[in-house]
Amino acid sequence: MFPKPIQSMSPAARLTYQIALPVMLVVWLLPLLGVAVTSIRPSSDLAQGNYFGIPSYLAFSNYLDVFKNSPFASYMLNSFKVTIPTVIGAVALSCLTGFALAVYKFKGNLLIFFIFVAGNFVPFQILMVPVRELTVKMGLYDTITGLALFHVAFQTGFCTLFMRNFIKALPKELIEAARVEGVGEWQIFWHIVLPLVRPAIAALSVLIFTFIWNDYFWATVLTTGADTQPITAGLQSLNGQWVAAWQLVSAGSILAALPPVAMFFLMQKHFIAGLTLGAVK
Amino acid sequence: MTVSPAMSEPRAETGMPAPRRRRLNRKLAPWLFLAPGVLMFLIYVLIPIGESMWISFFQWDGLSAKTWVGLSNYLELLDDDAFYTSLKNNLIWLVLYMLAIPFGLFIALFLNQTVRGIRIYKSLFFFPFVISQVVVGLIFSWFYAPGFGLFFELTKWLDGTGIAILANPNTVTYGIIAAGLWPQIAYCMILYLTGLNAVAPDQIEAARLDGAKGIKMLWYVVLPQLRPATFIAVVVTVIGALRSFDLVSIMTDGGPFGSSRVLSYYMYEQALSEYGYRMGYGAAIAVVLFAIMMIFISGFIWKMWRDERGL
Repeated sequence: MFPKPIQSMSPAARLTYQIALPVMLVVWLLPLLGVAVTSIRPSSDLAQGNYFGIPSYLAFSNYLDVFKNSPFASYMLNSFKVTIPTVIGAVALSCLTGFALAVYKFKGNLLIFFIFVAGNFVPFQILMVPVRELTVKMGLYDTITGLALFHVAFQTGFCTLFMRNFIKALPKELIEAARVEGVGEWQIFWHIVLPLVRPAIAALSVLIFTFIWNDYFWATVLTTGADTQPITAGLQSLNGQWVAAWQLVSAGSILAALPPVAMFFLMQKHFIAGLTLGAVK
Repeated sequence: MTVSPAMSEPRAETGMPAPRRRRLNRKLAPWLFLAPGVLMFLIYVLIPIGESMWISFFQWDGLSAKTWVGLSNYLELLDDDAFYTSLKNNLIWLVLYMLAIPFGLFIALFLNQTVRGIRIYKSLFFFPFVISQVVVGLIFSWFYAPGFGLFFELTKWLDGTGIAILANPNTVTYGIIAAGLWPQIAYCMILYLTGLNAVAPDQIEAARLDGAKGIKMLWYVVLPQLRPATFIAVVVTVIGALRSFDLVSIMTDGGPFGSSRVLSYYMYEQALSEYGYRMGYGAAIAVVLFAIMMIFISGFIWKMWRDERGL
């Protein structure tokens, strides 16, 4: 193990480490902690310049105020409406493409694979004008469907990379044995491969959920109003309205961050397995 | 095994294997599996890239007819100070964002212990990556805000006047990059933590017996084994740096005086914001950004290609 296990060091070093851990963590999360405290600080404190002292009382009502007089709930709901279908769509498509690219040998296999990989890295701006035009032409501009459709297509690139590599690492003998038995291609996919890629489906689902929930650029390009905009774009426009009402901005930020954070803590193992794909040979 | 019931069923249906039909089937099958995904990717990603390149040769407000102007959008870029500011800022982003890799490695080494509660610590250190860049941007706007931001108060305590980092054209980009580094370091950290988990313990022990330790051990024994993690860290950091849009939009809107623009933001400003609907000009900026990105993407693909063929 590297670095040397702390247990094998002197008691002084162990103690230093035990103290350094929480201190480092507090420093690391300082901006976040500041916002968390601000979110429960009463507005009267902020008006009187009590920015860092102990809040005069815990104003959890800030969280209710966020929902009052603002379409915050609608923004949150829109985020779910965009995110969940995107996760299902992108994962489903990539199970198919990943299977095709991992199992079959055909001309152009690697080429198609690398086009998916490369496409996944392109800057969004090169797609912006045409995708917006296309969405307008389909009558889907400023709709949740229009936004989700684009996300499904774009995320298929990353998901295909992931799925293809995952399926490729499965034992080949399984598929070969099935073929010898005369099992059809679709049956192989459905009954043999799909049950085995469940961990990959879980990992991709949490990752894509987070990516799409946190998307801001496409939300601003493809949607405009409170009826359709997800929380990221909504938060930005509320930030404009809540000028200097930092307790509201803070509470809104915390609420907007909650779903992906909850997803991360519930599915931590899968999340990290997804992110670190390829970090280990 | 779980697969056996599935295998026996179709066999009963087909009876004798039909080799000819099966072979044809197997040739067609990959294309049928690929079709939906490839089609979506073609419509929403590949064709739009070509269209953007095409649009960059036109003058177009997005509504009326396009006017062919040849290379004049690109020629205009050569004379556009805002374009050079954006380009320069992109370069600064690219260079400084790389700091996420050593910092991430440092935190990973710090956390690679087996004391009680270390898992919670690892998750909490990773936290900034999970939250949206919009929220990160708001958090840091508050952190930097003159008058009451934590960072401002700290600098005020040090120098008496305080530094309003986002209000100064000379410091604003660094302030935004610092905000961007926060989640990026967390990402690199998790990559290295995973990599460190897989470092061969016997090699470490052998090197330890040979007297290697500290920096030398890290450089000659550990880092070479972390190469896959480093490769991915470089890829995601380069892409992240060039994609920077959210933070600029949230924290400064490109200001003050356009000094914190990056290409991605400048493109958006030209093509869609209240400053105008210059789709052609915007597309030309996007093509430049795409070209810069392609240099890196080609490098990554080339390395992946080599690895694939080595398998």
